Amino acid sequence: MSIQTQNQSVDSVLDVQNLTKTFHVASGSSGTRELKALDGINLNVKRGETLGLVGESGCGKSTLARTLMMLEQPDGGTVRFDGQDPFALRGKQLRAWRRRVQMVFQDPFASLNARMTAGQIITEPFATHKDLYPTSAARKQRLDELLELVGLRTTDAQKSPQEFSGGQRQRIGIARALALGPDLIILDEPVSALDLSVQAQVLNLLNDLQQQLGVSYIFISHDLSVVRHVTDRVAVMYLGRIIETGSTQQVFDSPLHPYTASLMSASPKLDPALRPVNRIVLQGELPSPLDPPSGCRFRTRCWKAESICSVERPESRVREPDGKIVLGMPTLGPSAEQQIAECHFPVQSAAEAGLAVSA
Amino acid sequence: MMTEILEPVSRTAPSQQAVLEVKDLDVDIRTPKGTVRVVSKVGFSARSGKTLALLGESGCGKSMTAKAIAGLLDPVASVAGGSAHLESHDLFSMTAKQRRSVAGEGLGIVFQDALAALNPVYTIGTQLGEAFRIHRGASKKQAKVEAIELMRRVGIPEPETRVNSYPHQFSGGMRQRILIAMAVALSPKLLIADEPTTALDVTVQAQIMQLLRSLRTEEQMAVVLITHDLAVVAEEADDVCVMYAGNVVEQGSVETVFNRPTHPYTKGLLSSVPADAHRGSSLTSIPGSPPELNKIPTGCVYQDRCPLASAICREQRPELRPTGPAQSAACHFAEQVSALDPQSEPATGQESER
Amino acid sequence: MSSVEQIPTTKTPQPSPESTGSQKRRNDGRVSMFTMLLRDRFATVAAVFLSLVVLTAIFGPTLMGEHATAQNLMFMNKAPFDPANGWIYILGSDSLGRSVLARIVVATQTTLLVAVPAVLVALIVGSLWGVWAGYHRGRREAISMRIADIIMSFPSLLLAVVVLFVFSPSAANIVLILAITRIPIYMRTARAESAELQSRTFVDAARTFGTKPNSIIVRHVIPVVTPTLLTLATLEFCFVMLAESSLSFLGIGIQPPDVSWGLLVAQGRQYLQTAWWLSILPGLAIVLTAVAANVLAAWMRIATDPAQRWRLELDRKSTKAFEKATRQAAKMHAKKGDNS
Repeated sequence: MSIQTQNQSVDSVLDVQNLTKTFHVASGSSGTRELKALDGINLNVKRGETLGLVGESGCGKSTLARTLMMLEQPDGGTVRFDGQDPFALRGKQLRAWRRRVQMVFQDPFASLNARMTAGQIITEPFATHKDLYPTSAARKQRLDELLELVGLRTTDAQKSPQEFSGGQRQRIGIARALALGPDLIILDEPVSALDLSVQAQVLNLLNDLQQQLGVSYIFISHDLSVVRHVTDRVAVMYLGRIIETGSTQQVFDSPLHPYTASLMSASPKLDPALRPVNRIVLQGELPSPLDPPSGCRFRTRCWKAESICSVERPESRVREPDGKIVLGMPTLGPSAEQQIAECHFPVQSAAEAGLAVSA
Repeated sequence: MMTEILEPVSRTAPSQQAVLEVKDLDVDIRTPKGTVRVVSKVGFSARSGKTLALLGESGCGKSMTAKAIAGLLDPVASVAGGSAHLESHDLFSMTAKQRRSVAGEGLGIVFQDALAALNPVYTIGTQLGEAFRIHRGASKKQAKVEAIELMRRVGIPEPETRVNSYPHQFSGGMRQRILIAMAVALSPKLLIADEPTTALDVTVQAQIMQLLRSLRTEEQMAVVLITHDLAVVAEEADDVCVMYAGNVVEQGSVETVFNRPTHPYTKGLLSSVPADAHRGSSLTSIPGSPPELNKIPTGCVYQDRCPLASAICREQRPELRPTGPAQSAACHFAEQVSALDPQSEPATGQESER
Repeated sequence: MSSVEQIPTTKTPQPSPESTGSQKRRNDGRVSMFTMLLRDRFATVAAVFLSLVVLTAIFGPTLMGEHATAQNLMFMNKAPFDPANGWIYILGSDSLGRSVLARIVVATQTTLLVAVPAVLVALIVGSLWGVWAGYHRGRREAISMRIADIIMSFPSLLLAVVVLFVFSPSAANIVLILAITRIPIYMRTARAESAELQSRTFVDAARTFGTKPNSIIVRHVIPVVTPTLLTLATLEFCFVMLAESSLSFLGIGIQPPDVSWGLLVAQGRQYLQTAWWLSILPGLAIVLTAVAANVLAAWMRIATDPAQRWRLELDRKSTKAFEKATRQAAKMHAKKGDNS
């Protein structure tokens, strides 16, 4: 009975092309320097699917999340939400658009105002969108619905955040994000601050909600095992660019980009059978985004780097269904069938990356 | 900066010498509402050249245990019973002065938040050299030389110039290396690492764990690793001590405990890790949440969430008893745990209220 | 399709009966402000005293108005605490035979009528301005802060003296000048808190549903900032009251035939050797009111801070037990060695 089956095929909820965002930071005694937080991002999210976004601190994930939530103005590129450019909207239309994209934040305590009750927090969006539930009876009913959806009791509405555990607070945050009935929810590390047993509960909840409501997710996380479990497709970010996208299974089992391969290799695994035969340990540090390396930005830590990597920015390479890796520009934006990476010398196979070959 | 491809992950040669012996440790905290026991009858031993993991979720008492051993408890907390011996030294009957002489060469500690653990107004060289100046009577110049050597050893590039930098000028991974350097400066017998990589990215985490491993082998240190990450325990630790609500519920070698857990909590934890489960299926999760420490039920601490709980669990707290060649668990029904279906409801039937 | 599991929720932790003695708790487990006030004995006394002062200010002039101005040459310069003179002269009389008690009572109204509006005006204008500047940051913040700096660079009392000297010293002018010179105090505090709050995650969350800045300010910033500002206002009340007293003392504050406490002190100055009660007793009124306001401000500071209010939520028995245990532990630490 899931809504998503109706709107299958190429129905994309969000399409991002070449998004850029530059910050100007004070530098030294004279003037400012440019910090290219987002340097041409291409993204695509279909209705009812979960896109994972992984990357390390400093890669720009948070900036991307904030820009998609329109908390920041982009400097270039296009964003199409159901065909509409949200940045061109003003006033009432803009406010109406905001209903369709909501966010769940990482820190369950900081994202809730400690002086408000859970009920007030969840129904806060209604104060801005008064036309949705005009009467207080309607609002109360919707509040009860939301509480039930996320597994809380109606009596919990009177309590304040301090009286809940971390997992419950995150449920309040999720209920708040659902309040306006969005099509897309951006989840910024939603379970990172939670204990393992609670994490599982919240992930199950998110999964159930997606089945019930057909909502799409952009799931940002640094925990690869969680991403693997939760997402349909994955995009890997490095220094402001998305350097690989593909289905979760493709990217995790046979990564194309050396950075992705080292991420997969570096993450510790419970099951010894999944551990890499030879672990890749990246040396060095993430370069400063104020001064990214020329050519391919990963070359300073890449074991496959050659002279061309410092000169030319790598183009996209696509893995064809038959397994061959060819040069190719994605035509209509990345789609589910293609695994794409930006690299002059992509990793040819899992074995090359020293990763365990899955049975 | 090229990438290293390592040899396969292997274990060091066995060594049986117990560097740290903790027995029946109790730690109490005084709150305005009464005294709360946050660590209860905890015992374990750490051997040189081996890593013992203290594994548990937040509030289980693992950090308190480490602080008690290190003598760093808050004034409101105190050791209420038990003993801890670092080789021959009895850590709880020492005066502050004796403790200071044990620190550095006996015991080194690495904390989670590297930025908070470093003094922002002193250079790294000064802070690293402090150990040498205090314990070895080195002069300032000598201490600086030792500091540079230490930085080189933990993999900080260009140590000669960076020795004069301040903590805020380093990245998170580098600061953690500095903390590790400070802890191992005098080649301690025991290293306690409290969530050393939780705040770090996965590639940096791999670097740090590699560093800890090589230092452990070089110095034949005993390492006590405190973490909530099961995968890290599986890869890095030799022995594990699983803690819940201030008690040890299971301990033994990592291999036996993770392959054949004999406590329902351990089994539940292992099942909630998102492993290779197919996308879309539910993760098995332990229902409810840990009890508040001032409301721990009489009897077994895990009874409210345990699928095997029955009358005896509510009355009698199970003792740690051997349940395998290299493992012991505190459960009345340890033998039945292996047959347990991970996705089972708590046997108490009631919702787990506190 | 699996249904979402009902996850049991935390009950509000109820402390066990033995440890709390008689706890007066509302149904939701929270302790009311009134109960918290009663827990702090000093604050209770202060609150009672201030209530008396307010009542006096409201009803005093009607009850004792005539006595304040009635001159009775039979009772000139009578010393206080002499029951033989009758209750009206219990605090003595001045050189015109007027009852000091009555004059103090009547002066209460004037003093408060200057101090309270001055504080209120400064509080409201300063807070709103500061909150707005702190939320928007950038140019608006910078300009507001420079204006605040300019005002603060003049010593307020000196500025008041100058202004009141140039214009006529009426009660309204006094209120105005005292209000204006104190605005920056509230503005800076409000701005600092507002600037910190606007970067918090829950404010970001509100922005994501399209909430307008003013709504965010009303809903999130002001409730958090208000307790601090109220505490500040209570302390400022002392300052303003003393400022008015100083101005009256200098002769440019309240003008006769109106009376304020400060004016009474001024008028009695020349009689300090012979009729000390003419200055000291009104001075005492000022001191006691200022101290009471301070004590109440200290209580309010704790009661309105969710992180600190537990100190006022415990009953005396638990607090005593906790303090005893802490003292014992401190002794043990000292014995064990030293400053570990």
